[in-house]
Amino acid sequence: MLKYIKGNLENIDGVEIYPIISLVIFFVFFVALFWWVFTTKKEHIEEVSNIPLENNPKDDIL
Amino acid sequence: MQTEQFYYDNKIVKKFVNATIFWGIVGMSVGLLLAFMFLFPNVTDGISWLSFGRLRPLHTNAVIFAFVGNAIFAGVYYSSQRLLKARMWKDWLSNLNYWGWQAIIVGAAITLPLGYTTSKEYAELEWPFDIAIAIIWVAFGANLIGTILKRRQRHLYVAIWFYLATFVTVAVLHIINSVELPISILKSYSVYAGVQDALVQWWYGHNAVAFFLTTPFLGLMYYFVPKAANRPVYSYKLSIVHFWSLIFIYIWAGPHHLLYTALPDWAQNLGVAFSIMLIAPSWGGMINGLLTLRGAWDKVRTDPVLKFMVVAITCYGMATFEGPLLSLKNVNAIAHYSDWIIAHVHVGALGWNGFLTFGMIYWLVPRLFKTSLWSIKLANVHFWVGTLGIIMYALPMYVAGFVQASVWKQFNPDGTLMYGNFLETLNEIIPMYWMRAIGGTLYILGAFVMLYNVVRTVRQGGEVTDELAEAEPLQRVTRKRTAKEGYHTWLERRPVKLTIFATIAILIGGMVQIIPSLIVDDYVPIISTVKPYTPLELEGRDLYIREGCVSCHSQMIRPFRSEVERYGDYSRSGEYVYDHPFLWGSKRTGPDLFRVGGKYSDNWHLNHFYDPQSTSSGSIMPSYKWIINSKLDKSQTEDKMEAMITLGVPYSLEEVERAQEWMAEQGAQIEKNLYADPDFVKTYEADKKYAAENGEDFVEMRNREVVALIAYLQRLGTDLKIKSPDEVTLTKNQ
Repeated sequence: MLKYIKGNLENIDGVEIYPIISLVIFFVFFVALFWWVFTTKKEHIEEVSNIPLENNPKDDIL
Repeated sequence: MQTEQFYYDNKIVKKFVNATIFWGIVGMSVGLLLAFMFLFPNVTDGISWLSFGRLRPLHTNAVIFAFVGNAIFAGVYYSSQRLLKARMWKDWLSNLNYWGWQAIIVGAAITLPLGYTTSKEYAELEWPFDIAIAIIWVAFGANLIGTILKRRQRHLYVAIWFYLATFVTVAVLHIINSVELPISILKSYSVYAGVQDALVQWWYGHNAVAFFLTTPFLGLMYYFVPKAANRPVYSYKLSIVHFWSLIFIYIWAGPHHLLYTALPDWAQNLGVAFSIMLIAPSWGGMINGLLTLRGAWDKVRTDPVLKFMVVAITCYGMATFEGPLLSLKNVNAIAHYSDWIIAHVHVGALGWNGFLTFGMIYWLVPRLFKTSLWSIKLANVHFWVGTLGIIMYALPMYVAGFVQASVWKQFNPDGTLMYGNFLETLNEIIPMYWMRAIGGTLYILGAFVMLYNVVRTVRQGGEVTDELAEAEPLQRVTRKRTAKEGYHTWLERRPVKLTIFATIAILIGGMVQIIPSLIVDDYVPIISTVKPYTPLELEGRDLYIREGCVSCHSQMIRPFRSEVERYGDYSRSGEYVYDHPFLWGSKRTGPDLFRVGGKYSDNWHLNHFYDPQSTSSGSIMPSYKWIINSKLDKSQTEDKMEAMITLGVPYSLEEVERAQEWMAEQGAQIEKNLYADPDFVKTYEADKKYAAENGEDFVEMRNREVVALIAYLQRLGTDLKIKSPDEVTLTKNQ
């Protein structure tokens, strides 16, 4: 069954480019992510961290 | 601004919590039975559906999919409604999710002990169930995404991304690993073979750990720990960074299950490197969870919920440090196939998954039933008994693992193995198996204490009703508001795009590792002397799969001097090309069988199946008398061979046509060989005479299941007869 896929993909020249592309994607993504982490506003972080706690204060039943 | 009133669905949460507790106790009970079978191997003798090989997959599937699975649904349904400020999208999807999941579990509980299994770990359920799982899982995902789309809280809290990543990745993993060709209603063959199958299986298996046992629980941690401690998460930024790095990196770690096997070196090394890198995002999660409690550590002293959560997160940290260390090749050389792996699994499963589930249940149940927990004292008792149980499980298994590994490898000065008989290695660790059984007993005892406490709590509480909530609907986002936001905030508002990016992230690792194995011609070097199994051997192989032999016996000899000395020449990848599915195994409770072909006589095998202790003193293998007495079902042999032809195994049509004849010939030869033992002759002839005298049907030996199994075992590893270097195509993949 896999013979069908195999026959077609085998003919791709220079298939080694794909792992290189992977690495580039990883790298760029994480550089951008860290940029965001270091530049985002503190108040936004405060607001978002408190989302689970916004609900009712009747949470001390235990 | 007008607020809207709506109701959170609590009834569905209650249903899932009940299922979690029920299946948890069932799954752990099966585990405990297995633990005692190591000590009393004959305890279920004669009952095929209670044998170790058949029950082991029932235990793993029950604790992973029934216990942890229902816990995930309970927690996700509770938390996502409140985080998104919306009721679940469709009640009927919630109910389909619930009833469908339980139906699959019941089906598993029936089919697995009856021997209907694919043998692939944590994917043992046969193809009709695979389809059902896909449908129910999509229902779950649709419900979750539908709820996200109609939410009243714009920003997607971190827990929701973990849930989304879980949904997407589990779907991908399940579908790709479950590609199989059905033969009959409950039998199929994996389309992958040998090395490829191993790689796909452990890409799936490891990521089942990552995306079923870890990411949903991290999501639950990010909701329930802040709720229980009444404090926000320690660092939201850290949660974002570790989320993305976790999902990117985890996928690549699969090959660490295949170190020193016949998987090509470059794939193994990728798995090692990424497994080491995985420490950082995993510990990011642990740090975030634990430090959320800063300033609230006082509460841990009095609150059992927080106690469970702290130990859970600590065990998570331990397991995610140990895992990468186990992925180092030198450590793996010691740990693989030994009880160290069992210890590692159970620290994660009992500690992280079990304890976080218990903490969540103790927090949820009083709230659902609008009362307080019936006994905080009993919850604390559960905590201490359970913790002791984890320790008494893991520590003896570490010792057992070290002992086994070192004993397997020891040589005498003259170059012979010090412990040449595998059973000598087993005897050393029986005391550890005792301690493990006690540890497991403690752990399940704690669960029973929880059951009692929960039942009393429910009795004193009210009926579970849906909870009224109020919130403003989302306003249309104007340009003014978004002018200064960062791009991640932009992304958080677009759940569909977020999901798509997460999907791409997880697909990369899988594609890079798996696609070459499917398309590169010399990924697996061809060995010309390796031929397909004969029809009788194929039937025998299916019996091996049915009985779950792969649970205790491996079929992969690693290139170590000690293994070559003990088992024969190390395994070449080309020897597995016709193995649909692969049967490399993960554990050596018994010896590796890859080159058992020709080592023992047919009589030895017969006696060994009849009573393992008679041929191997001290063996803990259970007996398989039913295989010796049962008639071999040959009605599907041609179908099986034709399926194999479709999958690329070179049987000729002529071979398929004469399959019955061929099986009869090979069976007759084995029957003839068995006559070498006068004791066998006496019993067999007596049985034959008795049946003839009493007009009963008599199945000749050549048509019994054991003969097929013997045929298979005698074939194993015998194809490698390299006469000259020209016979084997060399590859640069070594």
